[in-house]
Amino acid sequence: MKLQSQALPGSDAFAANRAGHLDALAVIHEAAQAAALGGGDKARARHVSRGKMLPRQRVANLLDPGAPFLEVGATAAHGMYDGAAPAAGVIAGIGQVHGQEVMVIANDATVKGGTYYPMTVKKHLRAQEIAEECNLPCVYLVDSGGANLPNQDEVFPDRDHFGRIFYNQARMSAKGIPQIAVVMGSCTAGGAYVPAMSDVTIIVKEQGTIFLAGPPLVKAATGEVVTAEDLGGGDVHTRLSGVADYLAEDDEHALALARRALGHLNRARPDTVVWQTPEDPAYDPEELLGVVPPDLRTPYDIREVIARLVDGSRFDEFKPRFGETLVTGFAHLKGCPVGIVANNGVLFSEAAQKGAHFIELCSQRRIPLIFLQNITGFMVGRKYENEGIARHGAKMVTAVASTNVPKITMLVGGSFGAGNYGMAGRAYQPRFLWTWPNSRISVMGGEQAAGVLATVKRDAIERAGEEWSAEDEAEFKRPTIEMFERQSHPLYASARLWDDGIIDPRKSRDVLFLSLTAALNAPIEDTRFGVFRM
Amino acid sequence: MFDKILIANRGEIACRVIDSARRMGVATVAVYSDADAAARHVAMADEAVHIGGAAPADSYLRGDTIIAAARATGAQAIHPGYGFLSENPAFVEAVEAAGLVFIGPSASAIRAMGLKDAAKALMEEAGVPVVPGYHGENQDDEHLAGAAEAIGYPVLIKAVAGGGGKGMRKVTRAGDFAEALASARGEARTAFGNDAVLVEKFVEKPRHIEVQVFGDGNRALHLFERDCSLQRRHQKVIEEAPAPGMTEDMRAAMGRAAVRAAEAIGYSGAGTVEFIVDGARGLHPEGFWFMEMNTRLQVEHPVTEAITGVDLVEWQLRVAAGESLPATQADLTINGHSFEARLYAEDVPKGFLPATGTLAHLAFAPGCRADTGVRSGDAVSPFYDPMIAKIVTHGPTRAVALAKMRAALAGTEVAGTVTNIGFLSALCAHEGFASGEVDTGLIERDLAALVDAPGPTPRDVALAALAAAGLTGAAQGETGFTLWAPLKRTIRLARGGDSFAVVIALAGPNAARVTIRDDVVEARRGAAGWVLDGVRAPSVVVTGGLVTVFSGAGHGFDIVDPLAVAAAAGAGGNLVEAPMPGLVKAVFAEAGQAVVAGDKLAVLEAMKMEHTLVAPRDGVISEVLAVAGQQVEAGAALVALEEE
Repeated sequence: MKLQSQALPGSDAFAANRAGHLDALAVIHEAAQAAALGGGDKARARHVSRGKMLPRQRVANLLDPGAPFLEVGATAAHGMYDGAAPAAGVIAGIGQVHGQEVMVIANDATVKGGTYYPMTVKKHLRAQEIAEECNLPCVYLVDSGGANLPNQDEVFPDRDHFGRIFYNQARMSAKGIPQIAVVMGSCTAGGAYVPAMSDVTIIVKEQGTIFLAGPPLVKAATGEVVTAEDLGGGDVHTRLSGVADYLAEDDEHALALARRALGHLNRARPDTVVWQTPEDPAYDPEELLGVVPPDLRTPYDIREVIARLVDGSRFDEFKPRFGETLVTGFAHLKGCPVGIVANNGVLFSEAAQKGAHFIELCSQRRIPLIFLQNITGFMVGRKYENEGIARHGAKMVTAVASTNVPKITMLVGGSFGAGNYGMAGRAYQPRFLWTWPNSRISVMGGEQAAGVLATVKRDAIERAGEEWSAEDEAEFKRPTIEMFERQSHPLYASARLWDDGIIDPRKSRDVLFLSLTAALNAPIEDTRFGVFRM
Repeated sequence: MFDKILIANRGEIACRVIDSARRMGVATVAVYSDADAAARHVAMADEAVHIGGAAPADSYLRGDTIIAAARATGAQAIHPGYGFLSENPAFVEAVEAAGLVFIGPSASAIRAMGLKDAAKALMEEAGVPVVPGYHGENQDDEHLAGAAEAIGYPVLIKAVAGGGGKGMRKVTRAGDFAEALASARGEARTAFGNDAVLVEKFVEKPRHIEVQVFGDGNRALHLFERDCSLQRRHQKVIEEAPAPGMTEDMRAAMGRAAVRAAEAIGYSGAGTVEFIVDGARGLHPEGFWFMEMNTRLQVEHPVTEAITGVDLVEWQLRVAAGESLPATQADLTINGHSFEARLYAEDVPKGFLPATGTLAHLAFAPGCRADTGVRSGDAVSPFYDPMIAKIVTHGPTRAVALAKMRAALAGTEVAGTVTNIGFLSALCAHEGFASGEVDTGLIERDLAALVDAPGPTPRDVALAALAAAGLTGAAQGETGFTLWAPLKRTIRLARGGDSFAVVIALAGPNAARVTIRDDVVEARRGAAGWVLDGVRAPSVVVTGGLVTVFSGAGHGFDIVDPLAVAAAAGAGGNLVEAPMPGLVKAVFAEAGQAVVAGDKLAVLEAMKMEHTLVAPRDGVISEVLAVAGQQVEAGAALVALEEE
């Protein structure tokens, strides 16, 4: 069924919506552009003066010219560490080499020498997680001084800290996921294990170094005086130590060698879904900005979004007359079959049951799932609790948690409370989670949170026989509301890698497609569901 | 008329003969060497017979094999084309002895014109004006020097058996005579196996004007003149008909002389009588002298066809089949003007070095006649003449025909080898040529300007980079996708000694900002391809590691592979390598020998020319890898110098 849009592109509301989105987009755009520049002009100039390519240039020259690059965590660490670590000092994303998707992880030495802040570690691990789940070869463009020492307590000891990088390399290699390192700068201490743990390692002559301890530490420890090049330069490692396999003349040559190495992987994509001939949506994705109100409190029909994402705007809606606040159905996105689960209001019991049913269907048929989140939560109140909304909600959460088909989640509006869980929030391990600039995420709305706190306080005050004026109450609520506003902003969320990145809504279709094709590098496993509370 | 003929040739002329034969309902048999098994002429013919190895001596010069092929296929006649066996009287006799018809003149006519000095004597008898000179049999050095003195410098030494400028030397003063004589003789010996020379007056500001004649063995007529004055080292570059500045008086006089020459030897078929014309004082009926007669169809015959409307190959077949002359002199008139440009695979900036390559792309402009023996995908091999095509235009006036030639050259697309298109285009834009002031020295005088073709514009470089990046085909939906900041991909290109680091930043599938040094080109892709800075991009092809942008004369760029660069950096710089595939003719170097830069080390014969390989620097030869008589590939190490 082709969806019929009710939107009026010429209307004032359309224009106002669009203006609102463009304002929100401008904020993100500015943050992303700043992050892409890394450590600033001075550091960049110094880097280039050493004959090194800038990290984004390295990524570009590794990948097939013109092929898409789906960046992960582009604004990671935004506003953290006093702004010292743009993009968390590492570039990560999925690109193509010889037409094959690869995960690229490139240190940015212009950001504090490429050292690992806590968010750097988190981003690196997230990129590896994507690679492992999607079965993508990893290419590490290494140029890093290792752990950021002032933050050592938050990067070294814990499970998901620095050591996990090498654990992941070993585990991925064991699974047949190629690990290739290109050493284009320092690779010190723990960092030395990135190339050492790789299947194939390339090192740039008189530029890349690998050692467990650098010359200053060696001198302090043993008194031996040695140059970095003699200690662990490219010549040493390709000729004497065998820590690296290929010696490159310069960055450009090193990247060409990496491309060549990636040409000998002998990998084929698994058979997963049945593709159709792609088709543009009948409605222009550009109109997404006009059909979606940027203010989360204004309701709208989520089918307006679906109509601008799927092929031919055709959507085979499943159970359209039941549990209408959740829209479910089948469609194709650039030829790939998908099941869509989208919010169209608060979740009721019926909607949750329908969601669980639909996820079961897609799991059985091995159809990837796309979750379009715009959810304030499950319905509250005696009627709903008494009919067992928690039980029905649990069914949907069980289904979402258990399914093994690739899940891709996109926050197109609010993501509040348990609704986040039922709609494949971060904890439910979707292959990718993307957000729109107008989205907001928190355990509940700021007003509601402040209201809860105020009610508790008012009760206590009134029990004590005192009075609490409306002004006092408003003053009490203000900081909570402000905190929620700040913390629910997508830049705050993305800085902490609660998601994989903020995207321009108009690129949603491309982002979803690239996420799907990346995910489909891995076979779709059978699903075994947990116990559904009936 | 014949039912079937065999064409004892290859390349464009074989194709051209097949064309006419087919129009006349005559079946055709092609012959081919190993190198030509998949050639265009083989594909075009009704039948094809393999006759031997790639070297002409093993195939196209083997008369017995060719005659056997004709008999085996039931061909009744053999068309020789030009070159190869076309002017070989023994072959003509063998053809006739086999009961077949040779489409061309009799063996005796060929013999009569084959030796230049004898031909001149014969022409003098027939009353045709000849250039003062010595054509005698006394080949004594002193005697020849004396003859030169008697004629008066400057003089020309020419191989008696020569053609195509081989074994020809101009001498301006007596002191240089001995050396020039020795060198002309050497070349003549190599090329013709006959080192006899003649000496004649060198005409100042000479023009080369030739008259197309046609005979039936009894009578002859002429099809007016062609001007072939645009030559480089005696090789014709652009020909035209009629000759600019030609008067009716002079045309009549030259025509009469040419017909007299043909009839004097009972000429049958198409022939050309070449005259040297004094261009210094304008054309006048007393200012032309007989040079030689070519007893075959000429390369440049299409310009005559263009202005007369006659299909000369058709006439050749008809006369060979026994018809008398298909027209009378009075029937023939000149209609408009025509030019022919010879498109060669050659490296003009490197001294017109013949080139080879696979023509990954070949297309000609509409509105011209292109005679060619190759198609897209065919190779220009080192075994034969590297001509790609003859481009012929025709117009009501000389100016129109020339304008059409300029357009035709601009629209010619060749990828996979370097060509002389830029040089031809520059020539067509030459003011003197455009105004009809031509002489055989024009190219040599203005050579520097003519070979200095304009380089690529930033837009050309940008397009080459987009093509090298594989971005000229249909855009995929996600091409150029990034979330926020575009990726800047560097593409390295090289052109001659120039290298370009081109940075492409894509913003979606159809928009790119291309940066070349300080130039920025904004590119937008529409349904008809890229538009660069608002200008529609010319066509472009990528073949292997080469990108060709078809703007102007066409610009070729090598795509630089960092892997190859690194590999080359590792190789030694002490080697003298073969610049092209060829035969090692002589080796002068010896191991242990001390040489200075420029010393002759070896001679490589390739593409019918001798290339001297010299020491690249002062040093000592460590090893000689080349052996005289050895066939080598391009890039083969011939001589190694000791490390410094």
